[in-house]
Amino acid sequence: MTTTATRVRAAARPPAPAVRTRKPGARKKLELTFLLGPALVLFAGFVLVPIGIAAFYSLYEWNGFGPLDDFVGLGNYADALSGSVFQGAIGHNLIIAGLSLVVQLPLSIGLALLLNRKLRGRAVLRALVFAPYVLSEAITAVIWLLMLQPNGFVDRMLRGAGLGGLVQHWLADPGIVLYTLFAVITWKYIGFGIILLLAGLQGVPSELREAAALDGASAWQTTRHVVLPLLGPTIRIWVFLSVIGSLQLFDLVWIMTLGGPANSSATMATYLVDHGFKRYEFGFGSAVAVILFVICFVFALLYQRFALRRDTDGALTRMVD
Amino acid sequence: MRRAGTPIGYVAAIAVLGITVVPLLFVVLGGFRTTAQINASPAGLPGPWVWDNYAAILGSASFWTFLGNSALIAVIATALTVALGSMAAYALSRYTFKGREGFYTLFTLGLLFPLGVATLPLYLWLRQLGMLESFWGVAIPEAAFSLPVTIVILRPFMRAIPGEIEDAAVLDGASRIGFFWRILLPLSAPALTTVAVLAFVTSWNFYLLPLLVFNDSANFTLPLGVATFQSQYSQDTARVLAFTALSMIPALAFFVLAERRIVGGLTGSVKG
Repeated sequence: MTTTATRVRAAARPPAPAVRTRKPGARKKLELTFLLGPALVLFAGFVLVPIGIAAFYSLYEWNGFGPLDDFVGLGNYADALSGSVFQGAIGHNLIIAGLSLVVQLPLSIGLALLLNRKLRGRAVLRALVFAPYVLSEAITAVIWLLMLQPNGFVDRMLRGAGLGGLVQHWLADPGIVLYTLFAVITWKYIGFGIILLLAGLQGVPSELREAAALDGASAWQTTRHVVLPLLGPTIRIWVFLSVIGSLQLFDLVWIMTLGGPANSSATMATYLVDHGFKRYEFGFGSAVAVILFVICFVFALLYQRFALRRDTDGALTRMVD
Repeated sequence: MRRAGTPIGYVAAIAVLGITVVPLLFVVLGGFRTTAQINASPAGLPGPWVWDNYAAILGSASFWTFLGNSALIAVIATALTVALGSMAAYALSRYTFKGREGFYTLFTLGLLFPLGVATLPLYLWLRQLGMLESFWGVAIPEAAFSLPVTIVILRPFMRAIPGEIEDAAVLDGASRIGFFWRILLPLSAPALTTVAVLAFVTSWNFYLLPLLVFNDSANFTLPLGVATFQSQYSQDTARVLAFTALSMIPALAFFVLAERRIVGGLTGSVKG
């Protein structure tokens, strides 16, 4: 049956120029539908549709129940963007992203360079450094919540080391809490950066370092002018992942502080959940979701365009190819 | 040129090791103490060793329920991701058809839509579909959001398998679906393992979506359970530490077993 159909179609059409299509026409279409269809349905149904829905709801004032009849246009967007709490939340996300670049990146590079040397027990060390990355943010949050309790483990350790003056109200002081959270984030994610960079370092041919050394370059000069430029693609990918991660930070903050005290550690995502769910402002929450989405999307596109282009010919797809 | 064992390397290694491992030890050892011991000396060692906390949690139904829920959801999500992702990757790597690159780009766009960002709209959509309080309501979206990275990893891998193998299979009478099922999938086993591990870990650790979808604590996953347990028993530090320690075990054990796949998958998937 299928073969007849195939023959009819094949006769009706000039043969396809493709190299490895032997049975063009209906059969191929059927196969493609079977292979590609389910994934497309799932992807469209649970990735694309929700974003469309959010854009739609964001135009209404809606508590999640009853009819959608209170059209407010872009009012929700205006409210969100002009609110000081949300502005603060955006600021906190940007601070975390900025600190990641300024603190975590140099730290990861330095540690990766050190760990790339021949050390005894290096394999074990690498595995252990990576361990926190495997734990969920929820578990990480609970661990540090307990360690940072007033007069808890961290405070006692600092006092024991004669650094009692450094003890703070880690999670209760509005001026400190964001930096405390950043330290916890660093604990969890530094291993990921190190592993990524170590993989990048494997790609640096040792001949290049040796040649530089023969030409009289110091270890620092070799690192600065030979190794770092070759790590460029890895570093650019790390920056991308790190900024996107910082922009959507949620689990850790929600469990450790709920965005508090007094919104001093609120992020865009905690603000979104706080308003969308806790206060049943679904229209408003949808607007916040769209804003968050647009910020991530614009960053990703700009970054692809201007930073990753060198590595990937501009195709956003090639980033992970 | 690189000399073995420079002192500064070891100093850095020990510092990193300490900062990484001490919090984990604090949790595991704290579970063997009483809350009174911990309050008296947070940084002390167990003395005497107390087994009650661990015993109480291992004997309670809730820990096993959370563990089972997490496992079930992660298995469903992983199975869906690998099955649908490999089929789509096959179509996108070894068929030529109009719009192929367009479809591929559409999937890769998904890399820019983090699940966290889409959760509120996703929640509203799931509510409309009547999928709240359902394991499918968590597993299916997780699979959908894992598809992009799966396809992006599998496509070049499947493409690199030589055409001669396919020609031989066809000469032997295999259909293209038969080739996919009997030859391409087995040959792609390493890449399939990698994407499966990534999908599993992502699902296992996911917090926000289960938080919104599940109200009934009988449906909670482990991350949700840990956070809830912590807020319920916030006065009983030792009990919370024991619960947390036990919750870490599956992820750490899985990591030890699949370390090369996880690391390889992450670095491979991000490297050029």
